[in-house]
This record gives sequence, structure tokens and C-alpha cells, in this order.
Amino acid sequence: MKDERLLIKEEQVLERIERARRRKARLREEAITLAHGSGGKASRTLVEAVFLEAFGNPVLAPLDDAARLSVDGANLAFTTDSYVVSPLFFPGGDIGDLAVNGTVNDLAVSGAEPLHLSAGFILEEGFAVDDLRRITASMRRAADAAGVTIVTGDTKVVERGKGDGCYINTAGVGVLRRPPTRDVRPGDAILVTGPIGEHGVTIMLARGELDIEADLPSDTAPLNGLLESLAPFAVRRMRDATRGGVATVLNEIATDHGLAVVVEEAAIPVRPVVRGACELLGIDPMYVACEGRAVVVVAGEDREGALAALRAHPLGADAAVIGQIKDDPPGLVLLKTAFGGTRIVDLLVGDPLPRIC
Amino acid sequence: MRYVDEYRDAGKARALAASIASLCEPGRRYKFMEVCGGHTHTIYKHGLEDYLPENVTLVHGPGCPVCVIPMGRVDDAIHIASQPGVIMTSFGDMMRVPGGDGSFFDAKAAGADIRMVYSPLDALKIARQNPDRRVVFMAIGFETTAPSTAMTLMRAAATGQDNFSVFGNHVTIIPAIKAILDSPDLRLDGFIGPGHVSTVIGCRPYDFIAREYGKPLVVAGFEPLDILQSVHMLLTQLAEGRSEVENQYGRVVPWDGNLKALQVINETMELRPYFEWRGLGFISHSALRLRGSFAAHDAERIFQIPGSRVADPKACQCGEVLKGVLKPWECKVFGTACTPETPIGTCMVSSEGACAAYYNFGRFTRERVREATR
Repeated sequence: MKDERLLIKEEQVLERIERARRRKARLREEAITLAHGSGGKASRTLVEAVFLEAFGNPVLAPLDDAARLSVDGANLAFTTDSYVVSPLFFPGGDIGDLAVNGTVNDLAVSGAEPLHLSAGFILEEGFAVDDLRRITASMRRAADAAGVTIVTGDTKVVERGKGDGCYINTAGVGVLRRPPTRDVRPGDAILVTGPIGEHGVTIMLARGELDIEADLPSDTAPLNGLLESLAPFAVRRMRDATRGGVATVLNEIATDHGLAVVVEEAAIPVRPVVRGACELLGIDPMYVACEGRAVVVVAGEDREGALAALRAHPLGADAAVIGQIKDDPPGLVLLKTAFGGTRIVDLLVGDPLPRIC
Repeated sequence: MRYVDEYRDAGKARALAASIASLCEPGRRYKFMEVCGGHTHTIYKHGLEDYLPENVTLVHGPGCPVCVIPMGRVDDAIHIASQPGVIMTSFGDMMRVPGGDGSFFDAKAAGADIRMVYSPLDALKIARQNPDRRVVFMAIGFETTAPSTAMTLMRAAATGQDNFSVFGNHVTIIPAIKAILDSPDLRLDGFIGPGHVSTVIGCRPYDFIAREYGKPLVVAGFEPLDILQSVHMLLTQLAEGRSEVENQYGRVVPWDGNLKALQVINETMELRPYFEWRGLGFISHSALRLRGSFAAHDAERIFQIPGSRVADPKACQCGEVLKGVLKPWECKVFGTACTPETPIGTCMVSSEGACAAYYNFGRFTRERVREATR
């Protein structure tokens, strides 16, 4: 075969690339760019090269959604997240319920029962008190729905022009009940708890820059109740698919465990309105943020049981098995396209950027 | 989803693939160039190569609007963006393209006001909303995007939006194809012709490719079945000993193009004597500039443009990749020094760039994938 020599060379190049990718991340930029906040490769590099470098310790090292702590015999989960969203109010939610649900979900996917939250506000001079009341009311509703209480907080006000109306930071603690075992292995099944990309597309449309109108609410929701329904099953990993979307979570699973993730495009639930908007913009829903969806890895034999349990819960009615774990090629996410071909799904560098034509 | 799923039907793809295989002469190798970056993106995104026989190779062409912008133009744009009171606007793809001294994203982090827009009309809107600022739209793209720039210019002139200008970088596709045809190091059997460019220029401008160079060209749509069908049409022409221009994308591309669109381009823009293309060098009559009658909205006349010339980094082989001489992975720095995080060449930046498409979607050998997805 004429191409055999070429194939060998291509394989060598690919191996060289994989080696380059395994090297420790180095931050090249001299200043922070927006890409560092996108949840993709640039964010990861920033976290590894600056924060892990400075704070590195065994509890932080797994870089999971929440830290697992053992305090006087009690096993706790502890997490924090900051919320900056424009617009502050959008169909299906606002920055307030986002700030509660996001932190509740970080605890829930760690296998913890969320208990208490803190809430820190950074408010811009001139921000309407009515809007602040709307936000706190919605936080209260979200906290009640998730069964948590907001027990401590802080307020700072910055000069006009130095903030975007309102930023919120929440931290949360919970009791670890059933932490995922993290022993992901070939043959495990991968599920998502519902249709993907809805929050991200809702926000893009709500910004009003696109002149596209669609009837689509954000998927923001607390996942603790839904994920508790997985108690009877061998849950290996859970992550909520926020910034960077499902693609980013799948990549983390592939790299963390040195295994291949193989998913079927046709099996991934995406509502037509999300698909349509993404087609128009030339972006891939796999990278679009969700605020009420988790990716779950369960033992292969629990695949149907876990799916049925998720679907029995109102928030999991459209849950689906989207793929499975394989051993080769390690560290890669492969997608069988609906068209019948195969490609990899990599981390994005920054935010998905719309294409020009 | 209607009008999308029909063109991604795996059953139809299998049938077409079988027919493609039967059209190939045993022992003969076929090399087709897809001119357009949108096609490259589709090919990788849907894993289309899985349907092609071993002896049919698709070679990626120069039709990626971001990829062909030379580094000096990016530096010039950043220079304009750094002038007092300027808001620079451009399409999302442009934000990460490296110039000699950083990208738009870097310039933005350093304090320049650079905004991403979805259409030149959005840039005009920003100009209306910010009457005390000077708003510049960095126009890029082939004939596909030139009409919307032209319409925006006409509207700016008609409404007297004096604080709006265009930094024109529109290029034309035919000279680039001609440069590739005249390049001695590439043997092609035919072209998958650009779809969206052809909605504007039509199919006639490609006649010389079939007539003078004896290569078939099929204007193709952007869904995976469109491309498979175009490969089928090219192979049919070769099997029948024909070399013609055919239109697979008839649902969108009229044979004569869009006369109205050509007219607005012609009213606002004229050919430059020459223009530098990334990797391809200077090509005469290959780009557009604003006509004198639109001088008031021409950033090249309003601002002092340094006219930066930055030699491509030595290690970068974007030129060879854009001409289809090298496969992305054959470039010396591919995937090691040059990655989507740290692009050296533009082909690694745009989602339509051959290197980015290969790195992001196709970075594995087919055998291992077949094994994994069996």
C-alpha cells in the first residue's frame, strides 16, 4: 500500500502531539484575556499554572466541583462559585437562582447533601434596589426548592462603571453521602440528565445582539433531588455541565482517567430550538453551557436502571445514555456523528466564536 | 430538524459511498481540492472521510477568510484600534488571529476597545449609539461577505454616519484558485467549488478552470451529503472524460450569481492592483478596496496606516497548507509549537482553517478509531 509510509508518519506526529499535550500547562499570556474565563483550555491553563501552583494541596489537587473534607469524623463537601451574567434577568431565571443552583449542583454532583450557602454581593453604585430585591427573592425561592439555607453573607459597593450592576459569589457546604467512586473503567455508561445547551443559548439570545427570537428558557435548576435517585447504582463520576458544556466535562473525564470516551451524536438530547440557533451561529451545542444538567458515569450493568431512575424524576424526563467508556485511544473523546462518521471532540481554547459565513 | 437532517442522512451516505467506490478506477488515485474552509469544517465535523475510499484524497484549499489575512494587516488593525476614541469591530473568528505583536484579544486585554459583531450593520449601529467615538469595521472575507459590507457602506453614506468607517480586507476567490492551478507542486484532479461565494459570483467565473486547465469543478453545498454528492459528480466527469463546471448547490446558487449583490460591491469597491495573502504572497487583482466616492468611510484614508509587513514565522508552513501541498499534520510545528491555544499560523485559528479542523476533529488515526467505535 502506497499510503503505509504516510500512515506511520502521521501516527508519529500524533504521538508527538499527545506528548506535548501531557506536558505541564504554561501560561504564556502576560495579561488575563476573556478566554481565561471561558471554561476551556485557557481556563484550565490559568488554574494549573497560577492557582494550583500557589495553593497546591491534596484536597485541591483533583480540581473537582467541590472539595472533600474530613472534619472531626464528619465528611463534608465545600465549594464556591462566582456569578457574572449579562443580562441579570433572562427567560427562565436570573443571576439569583443561578447563584444558588450552581453551588447546590457543585455539591450535589460531589455526592453531597447540600446544607448551607453563603452569599456575597458586589453591587455597582446606582443599581436599583428593586432589582436587588427581585434577585434576593429568587435566591430565596431557589434555596427553598433545593432545601438549603443562606446563612452568611457580605456586601460591597463599587463605583459606577466598575461593575456590571451585580455580581454574586456563593459558597456552600454539604454532608458527603454517596461520593462517586471515581474508579471509571471501560464498559461504563455515560448519561446526561436532560437536553443540553439551553442556558447558554438563552443568554446569547437574551443579550439581544443576534436579532433571533426563540421561546427558550434557561435550564437552571437544583440537581440534588434528581441525583439522589441514583443512590442504588454504582455511580463512578458526576459533573454538572456548566461553562464549556458537555464536551468539556467529557474531556475532563477522558483525561482524568486516561480512558477513551465514545459518544453517539444522535443520542445526545438537544431541543430543536437550541440546535437551530447553534446551526445559525455555527457553534456546537456540545460546548454551550447548561445550568441544570449533569453528566453521569455509571457501571455498565446499571445503565438501564440509572436511566429509568433519572427519567422517573421531573427534571430527568429527557435523560439519555449518550455513550460509553473504552480503553483506547486514552484521553480522547470520540464522537460518532449522526452522519455516520467519527471525529474527536476537543476542549475549546476559549468561548465558542460565531463563524463568519 | 428540517432542511438540515435530510442532508445528513447516514443511509443515503452509505449508498453514495458505495457508488463512489464503484466509480473509482482500480489503481488510480484521485486528489480533489475543496476550495472553501466551510467545506473543510464540514468534512472534519461530520467525519466524512470515513465514507471515502482510500484512493480518494481531499486536499484543503485557500478559501478560509481568516486564514489568508497576513499578519501585517492584523497589526495595522490593532494600530487603528489603539487610536484615541476608536471602537474596532470585527467578526468573532478574527479575535484570536495572531499579528506580529499579538491578537485582537491581546489588544483588548491591553485596553483597546475591540468588539465582536455578527454583521457589519451591528458595527454601524454601534457608530450611531456612540456619536463621539470613531467606529471602524474590519471587513474580511471573500465575495460572500463583501455585499453586506457594501450595503452597510451605502447605508452609512446615505444616513451621513460620519464616525463609521471600514478597514477593507475583502479578497476575491478566482485569483487564489488561479495561483494554485499555476503552482507546480500540486497535482489536482478537480475542485469542490466554493458554495457561498458562488451564491454571489455564480458559476461562470470558473469556466476557465474546466476549459483552460482541463479540471472539473463542482460548486458544492455545505452539508455532508452535498460534499459526498460533489465527489460523486467529479468522479463521474472523470470517468466520462469530461471537465466541466457543474452546480451541485442549485438550491442556493443561481448559475449567474446574484446580480444585485455584484452591483453593490461594484458601486462601493474596486480591485486593488495587488494584495498580500498569508502564505501565498502578493497576488495581483486579488482584493477589493473602497472606491474614492466612499473615502469618507474608508479607514485606510482616515487613519495613518503603518502598512506593516511581517514575514510569516519561519517555522510556519501555512502557505503550503493553504495551497494544499501539505496536509496539516505534515507541517513541522503542527500540534507541538502550533496549537489552537498558541497558534503560530492562521490555519490553526479559524474553525474553518485546515489545521484547526484537523487538530480539533481529526487528530487520530482511522484504524484506532474504527477499533474504538466498532
